[in-house]
Amino acid sequence: MKVLKLIYKNLLRHKLRSLLTIVGIAIAVLAFGLLRTVVTAWSYGVEAASADRLITRHAVAFIFPLPYSYKGQLEDVSGVKTVSYASWFQGIYKDQSFENFFPRIAVDPETIFDVYPEFIIPADQLKTFKQQRNGCVVGKKLAEQHGFKIGDIIPVTGDIYPGNWEFTVVGIYSGKDKTADETQMFFSWEYLNEKSRQSASWATDQVGWYILQVDNPNEAASISETVDALYVNSPAKTKTETEKAFQQSFVSLSGAIITSMEIVSYVIIGIILMVLANTIIMAARERIREYAVLKTLGFTSFHVVGLIAGESLFISMIGGTVGLALTFPVCKGFGDAFPTMFPVFAVQPMTIVLAIGFSLLVGVIAAIFPSYRSANMKIVDGLRQIG
Amino acid sequence: MLFVGMRRRMVLIRFIMKIPISYNIRNLWARRLTTTLTVSGIALVVFVFAAVLMLSQGIEDTMVATGSRDNVIIIRKSSQSEMMSAVSRDQVGILSTFSEVQSTQEGKPFATADVVTLINLHKKGSNDMGNVSVRGISTGAFGLRPQVKLSEGRWFQPGSYEIVVGNKIHDQFNAIEIGQSVQIGSKLWTIVGVIDGGKTGFASEIWTDADIIMSEFNRGTTFSSYTLKLKNEQDFEALKTKMETEQRLQDLEPKREQEFYLEQSKFMAGFINGLGIFITIIFSFGAMIGAMITMYASVANRTVEIGTLRALGFRRRSILMAFLLEALALSSIGGIIGLILASFMEFVTFSTTNFGTFSELAFGFSLSPRVVGWTVFFFLIMGIFGGFLPAVRAARMNIINALRAS
Amino acid sequence: MSTLVEVKNVTKVYKRDTLEIPVLQNISLEVPEGEFLALMGPSGSGKTTLLNLISGIDQPTAGSIVVAGTDIAKLGESALAKWRSNHIGFVFQFYNLLPVLTAYENVELPLLLTNLSKKERKERVEMVLKVVGLEDRMDHYPKQLSGGQQQRVAIARAVVSDPTVIIGDEPTGDLDRKSAEEILVLLSRLNSEYKKTIIMVTHDPHAAESAHKIQHLDKGELKAN
Repeated sequence: MKVLKLIYKNLLRHKLRSLLTIVGIAIAVLAFGLLRTVVTAWSYGVEAASADRLITRHAVAFIFPLPYSYKGQLEDVSGVKTVSYASWFQGIYKDQSFENFFPRIAVDPETIFDVYPEFIIPADQLKTFKQQRNGCVVGKKLAEQHGFKIGDIIPVTGDIYPGNWEFTVVGIYSGKDKTADETQMFFSWEYLNEKSRQSASWATDQVGWYILQVDNPNEAASISETVDALYVNSPAKTKTETEKAFQQSFVSLSGAIITSMEIVSYVIIGIILMVLANTIIMAARERIREYAVLKTLGFTSFHVVGLIAGESLFISMIGGTVGLALTFPVCKGFGDAFPTMFPVFAVQPMTIVLAIGFSLLVGVIAAIFPSYRSANMKIVDGLRQIG
Repeated sequence: MLFVGMRRRMVLIRFIMKIPISYNIRNLWARRLTTTLTVSGIALVVFVFAAVLMLSQGIEDTMVATGSRDNVIIIRKSSQSEMMSAVSRDQVGILSTFSEVQSTQEGKPFATADVVTLINLHKKGSNDMGNVSVRGISTGAFGLRPQVKLSEGRWFQPGSYEIVVGNKIHDQFNAIEIGQSVQIGSKLWTIVGVIDGGKTGFASEIWTDADIIMSEFNRGTTFSSYTLKLKNEQDFEALKTKMETEQRLQDLEPKREQEFYLEQSKFMAGFINGLGIFITIIFSFGAMIGAMITMYASVANRTVEIGTLRALGFRRRSILMAFLLEALALSSIGGIIGLILASFMEFVTFSTTNFGTFSELAFGFSLSPRVVGWTVFFFLIMGIFGGFLPAVRAARMNIINALRAS
Repeated sequence: MSTLVEVKNVTKVYKRDTLEIPVLQNISLEVPEGEFLALMGPSGSGKTTLLNLISGIDQPTAGSIVVAGTDIAKLGESALAKWRSNHIGFVFQFYNLLPVLTAYENVELPLLLTNLSKKERKERVEMVLKVVGLEDRMDHYPKQLSGGQQQRVAIARAVVSDPTVIIGDEPTGDLDRKSAEEILVLLSRLNSEYKKTIIMVTHDPHAAESAHKIQHLDKGELKAN
């Protein structure tokens, strides 16, 4: 205990310097936490994927459509419980800004909430959705962000599917837990298809992708092969994979950006190390005479190293903890500011572990050089130092 | 002229300071270890700052370079990208008769009707795949985009399964060499040349013959876009009006080529820039704090000296200037090192999927004079902010207390 | 012999938090030109404070201090700094040389406050280094010099600008007997040969013997001789 007291008192000797170092480390750990959370949030879709869902899309690229006629065949594939489908509609809601960007997808109202059981909707709202042609369902977070209520009309200018569209909000779905995406808007594919006959005939009777819910997740690989074999000689070849792999392929498209952020987060750690090492070296240098005196009293190099390392770890852990504590509210603010960019923006346990781990590591490394110097110092030399 | 100004400035500094600069430099050297650590930290910070700015500049260069002022691209209204757009052969026929369109030497309209689609290719050095744009162009339209030049091999023969690849695709993706084949649709296409797209987005595309692509993908007679060169830049408005009054062209709209491609990258550029700014703000704090800690320690260590200098008659402002300059020296040395390191990023290509077109787009890191200017400004400001408070502390020291300290 | 330094009714009170600590009580003192004065007294007597007031690095709470015709108690900080550079030469107990400057550069320091050219400065520096006997160690750094040598450099620095008064605060306090002796001899020479007025604070009676006159202080008051 006395040792801790001594370390604490030593830190107070240069309050400003200790404070600045802690603040510096805290800011850096905060930046680290935020960057890593952006990186992990990018692949949230991969984490949220369900093992019993397969996605069937056009083999070349997701943006090429598949014929609606595939539906019947897919339902007949053994092991497939439910077949649903969707098309990416998007369009422009108000403008092209970040706030007004959210997924607008045409789905099959009959099956969509069966294959996505994590989206929960009141039974009566679901019934209306199935019946009302131009009805749409929005996620809870989206409704909060834009103030959508049941009965509101959402006007969208089509881009892929031209024309002026209007959808009436008939339902609001919520996620079963925090990992579900509550920022989407669904409407009826039938409605889209009907209208497309006039304005976008090239898109009629086409779907963007199929969602296959399977009985047994272990059969995912074999079912995928079976499905793709069905269409290998068709003009619209398919690629079927687990939802996780599908989401991962999206993430890897932005691979360069993600890698850059990871690199930067490690550079931050490097900078923390420099700042802390600087402070500890300065502190140790000032007290060489005192360490010499301690040694004359009978303390060993071991004790002196302990003092130095103790001080270093104390600062790095306080700074790291403060930075980590700040990461949570900052990430919350960041996530609330861009709900549709990052539907789920939560600090992952791994990030916490890394932040604490690096604080510890940095605390240790920063103390190495001054510890080595003090351990090898001769008492008489130390006593002669003015400091 | 520059030297005269510099000399005068040196004399002025000497006049204000009186304390020789060598005093500062030598003090930095005397505390080498601390100085090195601080300089390294600042160099790292400046490196990231400059790299972010360079990427931003690289993106801007690409956005601006892709597209000529006198080219106009006709696409379907509200299309976010050429892949979502459709222009029929009939419509192309009508547009090609417009008087605003420049003619080639053979008397044909200087224009191209493009078919744009996507394929997947494997990236070099990782398991990732990327979506690459394949653009079928009209025969003989090579000169329409003057930024694109053939750098290796030859152009494709119209009517045959041959392609030329953009230099960035050649660099970033696997097995893209002249003579090798790429699968597009159901056939294998032979690479016969490499085109140098410079800073444009075309450097990340594969080009071939429009008619062949159209038949391979069963598009009938639908092109993605029609790009034409105006006789005069100012004719754009006239062209637009003509199109608005022509009934059969109602679902199309013209855009200046530059603006169209700029829009496609806007979201992406905004995102990367936003991220970059956020990172640099955090890093500025880091740099400032690092410099501050070092300077405070510097002042603390030389308390007796400061008292002595003051006792000898040096003024407070000389002390202030001396330490401020020392902080600036620290940040400048670190800053220049960081800048030099960042300049190596010019050899790196940043390639990712453009959200707007869903296809690969490669950017360079560009060390423009503007980037250098901002970076220098940044590390000078860091030095001033980091060194100011410690310098004030040094200047405000009471002589007696300072002399007493040791 | 004219009066060089006139301390008249000077009082100095230090304020620590809310406490008021009187250090000097209504002191008056006259120092003629060419004098070698030693101020002695126990710890806390105020001798160093008096020295600080005379040398212009501190100002009295009340009273006047006239040095070479100027009442420095009335000067503003900026003016004081200028005045110090022209009139005072300091010698400290712990030498207070700048460790990153050579002996030559340390001595040159006060001259940087003047308008002398580089050549003129060189002449002066070399001259005083010769007087203190260290002209062959001009390019050495303080850590390459012994305590006595460092103090000699400090003395050279103190006289290089030809000050009115040389102020010494325990100049031999950190030196061994032999080095202390050398310093005292040097100071005596400066006083007798070069006619420099020297005011020195010391607690060493042997050092005080080099001075012409000794004044004792106790509890902020001058004791009658």
